Amino acid sequence: MGFVTVSPSPHEHTQGSVPKLMYGVLIALLPAFLVSLYVFGIGALIITLTAMVSCLAFEYLIQKYLLKVTPSISDGSALITGILLAFCLPANLPIWLVILGSFVAIAVGKMSFGGLGNNPFNPALVGRVFLFISFPVQLTSWPEPIVNRLSYLDASTGATALATMKEGMKNSESIPEIMAGIPAYTDMFLGKISGSAGEIAAIALLLGLVYMLIRKIITWHIPVSIFLTVTLFTGILWLANPAKNPDPLFHLLSGGLMLGAIFMATDYVTSPMNTRGMLVYGVMIGIITVVIRVFGSYPEGVQFAILIMNAITPLINKYVKPRRFGERLEDG
Amino acid sequence: MRTFRLGGIHPPDNKITAGSSIRELPVPEQVSIPIFQHIGAPPKILVERGAEIKVGEPIASSEGFISAFIHSSVSGKVIKIDKVTDISGYKRMAVVVKVDGDSWQDGIDRSPELKKEIKIEPQEIIQKVLQMGIVGMGGATFPTHVKLSLPRGKEADYLLVNGAECEPYLTSDHILMVERTNEILCGISIMMKALNVEKAIIGIENNKPDAIARLTECARDFKGIEVAGMKVKYPQGGEKQLIKTLIDREVPSGGLPIDVGAVVFNVGTMFAVYEAIQKNKPLIERVVTITGKDMKDPGNFMVRIGTPVSSLVEAAGGLPESTGKVISGGPMMGKALNSLDVPIIKGTSGVTLLPEAESSRKEIQNCIRCSKCVTVCPMGLEPYLLMALGEREMFERMEDDKAMDCIECGSCSYICPSNRPLLDYIRLGKVEINKLRRARKN
Repeated sequence: MGFVTVSPSPHEHTQGSVPKLMYGVLIALLPAFLVSLYVFGIGALIITLTAMVSCLAFEYLIQKYLLKVTPSISDGSALITGILLAFCLPANLPIWLVILGSFVAIAVGKMSFGGLGNNPFNPALVGRVFLFISFPVQLTSWPEPIVNRLSYLDASTGATALATMKEGMKNSESIPEIMAGIPAYTDMFLGKISGSAGEIAAIALLLGLVYMLIRKIITWHIPVSIFLTVTLFTGILWLANPAKNPDPLFHLLSGGLMLGAIFMATDYVTSPMNTRGMLVYGVMIGIITVVIRVFGSYPEGVQFAILIMNAITPLINKYVKPRRFGERLEDG
Repeated sequence: MRTFRLGGIHPPDNKITAGSSIRELPVPEQVSIPIFQHIGAPPKILVERGAEIKVGEPIASSEGFISAFIHSSVSGKVIKIDKVTDISGYKRMAVVVKVDGDSWQDGIDRSPELKKEIKIEPQEIIQKVLQMGIVGMGGATFPTHVKLSLPRGKEADYLLVNGAECEPYLTSDHILMVERTNEILCGISIMMKALNVEKAIIGIENNKPDAIARLTECARDFKGIEVAGMKVKYPQGGEKQLIKTLIDREVPSGGLPIDVGAVVFNVGTMFAVYEAIQKNKPLIERVVTITGKDMKDPGNFMVRIGTPVSSLVEAAGGLPESTGKVISGGPMMGKALNSLDVPIIKGTSGVTLLPEAESSRKEIQNCIRCSKCVTVCPMGLEPYLLMALGEREMFERMEDDKAMDCIECGSCSYICPSNRPLLDYIRLGKVEINKLRRARKN
């Protein structure tokens, strides 16, 4: 007889696969990368390529020689870690720091837990926070936009909008005074500002979000709940005291909020497993971000908010269950 | 557009045989009629080896409440009563008949003439449905008379008819709705009378506009029957999903449709009911789709129960060289066969042939926790979690996490980008939970 395969149903399987999802995320990151190239030029290219190549290399070497398993770098997940790490670093960061950050991201953040699917924290953020805490000076001097396209380590630097805001508030300046030293919202929207390589252009990141939603790579729950929470929370503060608190739009457009909400908080492995849980997670990230930004000593809080909620994700999965079919009737 | 809310997937529908008219499959030389074709207790065999029997003659009678009569689908001589491998893969008792001519029992009306007038009383309908061996023809083969005998204190206000046919490839219900429209509507009217309900809704996926149009047009001559188009989404034809879609009620966990006032039948069952009540014809044949991308002449055939799958494959142009898997049913919920000798039974809605390239599963990879399995689950379960618990043999926790609510539609395994066998582990868990439950009772 010609046929031999007997297996339980279903006998049909989607054309989707892990690499397809991962490469979909990479495509979604492309607009932000192009803006980054346009704004920071050669520096953006150097750190992004360095991070991607070193993440791939570390994953390959660790799998092949340490874990002695078949390397799975073709699934694209290490590339995403690399590009996301580069996106939250200044474009004038020395190559050796980028390589070190990649090592921590892949070796500590990912492979030490058992590789893709087992890491509790977003690997790119683990690498980024490691660098941020160990090398605060290098990590907080950002190249000026546009003017540094041809310079890398020697780029002239400036402060980010969030840093300017924090500094101004420390000096008890009023919001209108501080705002005079901050780029226009349209520039922040289009990415003509100082900041980490890939976080600057809200429009490019939002384009990536739309693409991922259309391709059904992610659902809207996490990014939208973060955006709404930040808008609501900062909106209340702003309405209560507009002289002391910037408006919600400032918070949405500044720092790593867009990059974090769209590409890092939505990381499959480290975010909750059902839409109810995702909403809890998103709201909490929004709250923690604003608390750190407004009341903390760091200007930016997204990275810490996401890492804290990564740690709480298993608890969310345990206690926040999806709506079961027939649930309402059972309760009533 | 009408559909259920939770989960669902969109597999390619591959309805190659849509619109292909029902063809009569010639009576084979020999049939093996399994006496156990339904859910419930096996019936008692009524014939002996060597007996000469006619088409429509009962060969096994109902034992216990949840059971059904079995009738001979051919005329000839009983040459063997023995265990035969059936669609489940197990060897079960069957009556093997060597065919001789095609002589029918007296009293069966084989004319194509439509008999619309219902002269029979509700209690007699239930009795007759039992005697004519009617079972659910959508695949689960639950004896129909049981559904008609409502539990004390329960009342039905809707009769829902399942014409969704959401399973890819299969078109047997579709062609039946197009070519036996009035018969189906009449069957529905009979069931409405038996259940004493005023309203019936036929739910049909929108990829069958001709069936929707035909039924809508003909339903004007029948009282209380509505035809509803539904969104194409798998598993739209799942009983609980259908009820949710058509009357927006949710069957509670562990409950039955009647708990929300609904009784659900498949369109094929309605046709069988019509023939049983109006034409006095037992359930001895059914429409079966034989299909596959590489088949020469796929189509919808009227097939006598007990006919080997091989006869059907021959009629459709023979087994293609490329065949890698033969499925009784469709690719989402069907059972893979290990032999073409197994007989077609009352619940066989189709036989699907998959080419070699689509037959094997892909390599299992790490769960990347994408939560797609949770998103697509129409019952709101967490397949990734149930599988992890199943792997660790934590069956009590699987029970707490509602593993028993799983309808085994396979959406989770279908969607998983890491090719993980989610449903396999949930099935394993369900078996183990049943064992635990039985142990608790004792």
